[in-house]
Amino acid sequence: MLERINRAYAQIARAQKTLGRRINIMEVCGTHTATIFRAGLRTALPEELKLLSGPGCPVCITDQGYIDAVLSFADRDDIIIATYGDMIRVPGRKGSLEQKTNRGNIKIILSAEDVLKLAKQNPDKKILFIAVGFETTAPATAIMANEALQQGIKNISIFSNHKLVVPAMEALLSGKNHRIDAFLCPGHVSVIIGSDAYRPIVERFKKPCVVAGFEPMQIIEAISEICQQLANERPLVASVYHAAVTPEGNRTAQKIINETFDIADGYWRGLGKINKSTLKLKEKFSSLDAEKQLGIEFIPEQDLTGCCCGEVLCGLMDPPDCGLFATNCTPDTPVGPCMVSSEGACAAWFKYTRKKGRVDGGKR
Amino acid sequence: MCLAVPARIIELKGDEAIADCIGNRIETKTTLVPDVKVGDIVLIHAGFAITVLDEDEAKKTWQLLADLDNFSKTDKRVSG
Repeated sequence: MLERINRAYAQIARAQKTLGRRINIMEVCGTHTATIFRAGLRTALPEELKLLSGPGCPVCITDQGYIDAVLSFADRDDIIIATYGDMIRVPGRKGSLEQKTNRGNIKIILSAEDVLKLAKQNPDKKILFIAVGFETTAPATAIMANEALQQGIKNISIFSNHKLVVPAMEALLSGKNHRIDAFLCPGHVSVIIGSDAYRPIVERFKKPCVVAGFEPMQIIEAISEICQQLANERPLVASVYHAAVTPEGNRTAQKIINETFDIADGYWRGLGKINKSTLKLKEKFSSLDAEKQLGIEFIPEQDLTGCCCGEVLCGLMDPPDCGLFATNCTPDTPVGPCMVSSEGACAAWFKYTRKKGRVDGGKR
Repeated sequence: MCLAVPARIIELKGDEAIADCIGNRIETKTTLVPDVKVGDIVLIHAGFAITVLDEDEAKKTWQLLADLDNFSKTDKRVSG
């Protein structure tokens, strides 16, 4: 293990020499963010390397307008809102779903299949499913939608805001102020889309894209691989998560996504409108589409005043540089979504860098 | 949200399976891994098996989960 760590250090030094400055690697996965902090990698890695937490947490990248649209349905007695637990505490302009739970019509689900069960148990109510997440959760929504259609279940409304990771990465690199040298690509999203999905980024932007799993050593291996590519000035797609990720991904999952959803332009917190980045239900599923059935409307909104989640998600700012961090905005009283989700950058900085009275995370 | 756990398929009927993750029974759907068999280890994300894993990889995660479980039972825990 020590040998692998030493090798990573040597590659970081080489890459730094080639670039002539500090190396910026962006992770695009909330679970990587959490692992990096939990394992203390930020402080263990040399000064020459900076890890940026990108738009890798589905909760964090959800536009304020989507949350407010959902909240506008929380007081209706004829509706049950079904949501993954991560979304429940995200604040909107009029509170959060958590504050509405006393009405009994907000249900936390662990699987999209639970939506079918809720629909069968509550035939006189409409189940509004908060369909968020990247390519990992989109197939589950797709399978559920197909089953609902086949079984003739009518009381499900899916409010799809599933997002695609690659267009967001491309949007970041297209921005003028970005400081990204390479991407540490998400493990489980890549199980579905395959590592080849990052080829366009490497070809167009000449940035290394390396997939890693979730053990600290895998992340170090991936950093080592990235730095070797940077040092050699040969950006490539690579994966160190061989156990689960193949170049082509899970074809069955890709097929069901393609059969169920159309790719549409979509809004991301901090990144704004990104072309072809969101999955919307195909016409065939109109009877299950919340936007068509309930008239639920998603109007993109400005973030809450003072909240810098957008800048954090783009890697332009570290959480402690936000004026609200650890003052008005804490995990108990979150203002922005990056403080809500345990996979959010702000929550990770708060949890792991403040314990011993440090706010700097060892390194900024 | 993209957390996933490895578990061994112990019952399989159509695309509905029961899987075992260090003693915990998990209901899962195998629609996305159509060739899966009883005894295979799968990675389960939000109720769905998303890929088949090899034994060594699964064992690493199970060991990590067991370590966490043991750790949570000690008095060395630091809150927060």
